[in-house]
Amino acid sequence: MKSLGKYMIFLGRLVSNREPFRVYRKLFFEECILIGIDSLTIVVLVSVFIGAVMCLQTAFNLVSPIIPKYVISLVVRDMTLLEVAPTFTAIVFAGKVGSNIASTIGTMKITEQVDALEVMGINSASYLVLPKIMAGMFMYPILVILAGFLAILGGYIAGVLGGVITPDEYIYGIRSDFMQFSVTFSIVKAFVFSFLIVSISAYKGYFTDGGALEVGRASTKAVTNSCIAVLIADFFLAQFLV
Amino acid sequence: MIEINNIQKTFGDKKVLHGISAVFEQGKTNMIIGASGTGKSVLLKTIVGLVPPDEGNVLFNGRDFYHSNRDEQKSIRREIGMLFQGSALFDSLTVAQNVQFPLDMLSTMEKDEKEERVRFCLERVGLSGSENKMPSEISGGMMKRVGIARAIVMNSQYLFCDEPNSGLDPNTSIVIDNLIQEITHEYNLTTVIVSHDMNSMMEIGEYILFMSEGKKVWDGTNDDVVHAESEILQKFIFSNKLMRKYKSNS
Ligand SMILES: Nc1ncnc2c1ncn2[C@@H]1O[C@H](COP(=O)(O)OP(=O)(O)OP(=O)(O)O)[C@@H](O)[C@H]1O
Ligand SMILES: [Mg+2]
Repeated sequence: MKSLGKYMIFLGRLVSNREPFRVYRKLFFEECILIGIDSLTIVVLVSVFIGAVMCLQTAFNLVSPIIPKYVISLVVRDMTLLEVAPTFTAIVFAGKVGSNIASTIGTMKITEQVDALEVMGINSASYLVLPKIMAGMFMYPILVILAGFLAILGGYIAGVLGGVITPDEYIYGIRSDFMQFSVTFSIVKAFVFSFLIVSISAYKGYFTDGGALEVGRASTKAVTNSCIAVLIADFFLAQFLV
Repeated sequence: MIEINNIQKTFGDKKVLHGISAVFEQGKTNMIIGASGTGKSVLLKTIVGLVPPDEGNVLFNGRDFYHSNRDEQKSIRREIGMLFQGSALFDSLTVAQNVQFPLDMLSTMEKDEKEERVRFCLERVGLSGSENKMPSEISGGMMKRVGIARAIVMNSQYLFCDEPNSGLDPNTSIVIDNLIQEITHEYNLTTVIVSHDMNSMMEIGEYILFMSEGKKVWDGTNDDVVHAESEILQKFIFSNKLMRKYKSNS
């Protein structure tokens, strides 16, 4: 509870007493590149394989001959849009980007680089964290869209190569009963999750004290805490669906 | 000139600073000396505005830092340069970018003007030619030099150094100490150095504030320090063999 309050105060510091806009603009682009490139490979790998596995397992479970084959790709599509693309990718994102943010800021803290900023009269929290949050919230939805596409593609490849579904059935499945809303919902989730992951990881890094051991600890904590936050937020957002 | 009055600070239930007052004059290398853990770094951090004291005030040429509004504090901060214990260079930036950083953030200079100023400062600390190196590629002594260049790049009036020679060999230590003193005299800065190094104190301590357990024990010049009455101070100064020899000879 106490740390929740501290987290809120920290968020307040990000927006009060900011630096000039031009400063953030430059940092924003740098962070976008870092965050994007940092997580691209792993997101691509994970989504393709998860899509493939989802398709094969759904096929394996649908043994009844009365259920048409296209249901397989329909299931893959819905699971991807609602959970796999935004939430599963969030866990990957937390592991990759969150831990990186916490250890970068944590290292700056213990080597007095944060103090150096403060002595110059720069709002260090805002300077270091705000561009990361903005870049995270900009890049993550793009990653989620990519992940969604790749997971469905992964399912297609595995399904067709594995001989469990024909290309026509697969395409028919992903087009039937399509709800636009699930895409919107998935993007909304992406915004919420990326905000939580980046801000929690930055918070953990910013309040690191001590040495290299503490930086490592902060980085682990950043991942676990942001994953928990993502899952809790996922639960509350799911309430909107019913 | 910097004046501190009755600075007190408590962390939890541990009182670290017990009401310290002093005057640090312009154009002098002022030193805060004391054993490890006596609160020197905390005192320096309260002076530069990183750790607000519980009690007392800090005056920069008469301007009370902790009782100023945000804009006044910002303008005082612009006149402050600081060299940190571990140099605190930004490790994603090159040497030249590190020195240029305060100019980028705080000045309205044109690009050429900034580059000229950076070149000048790097040359002043003897680092021409290392502009494009990364902090991880240079030695501890060079990092201190970059730290000094970054601290003076804004034409600061006040220079603070926390343990400027920690982690350096005795020779390099003296070189860095002398560099700080020369710069102080050259630009008429008010310099405050925290150290527990006896050698630096004797070498460049034009004003010495000796602390023990969060209290001021003695202050004066490095000429007087050997004759100081305080027992703790005597013990500190004559902790090495060479100094004990010197004492018995004189
Ligand atoms: N943020 C803090 N929270 C709690 N205690 C602190 C904090 N900063 C410093 N202290 C305590 O204040 C005391 C003085 O610390 P300080 O770093 O000023 O010592 P020092 O004189 O600079 O020593 P050294 O020469 O080893 O650097 C120490 O006992 C330290 O534990
Ligand atoms: Mg110290």
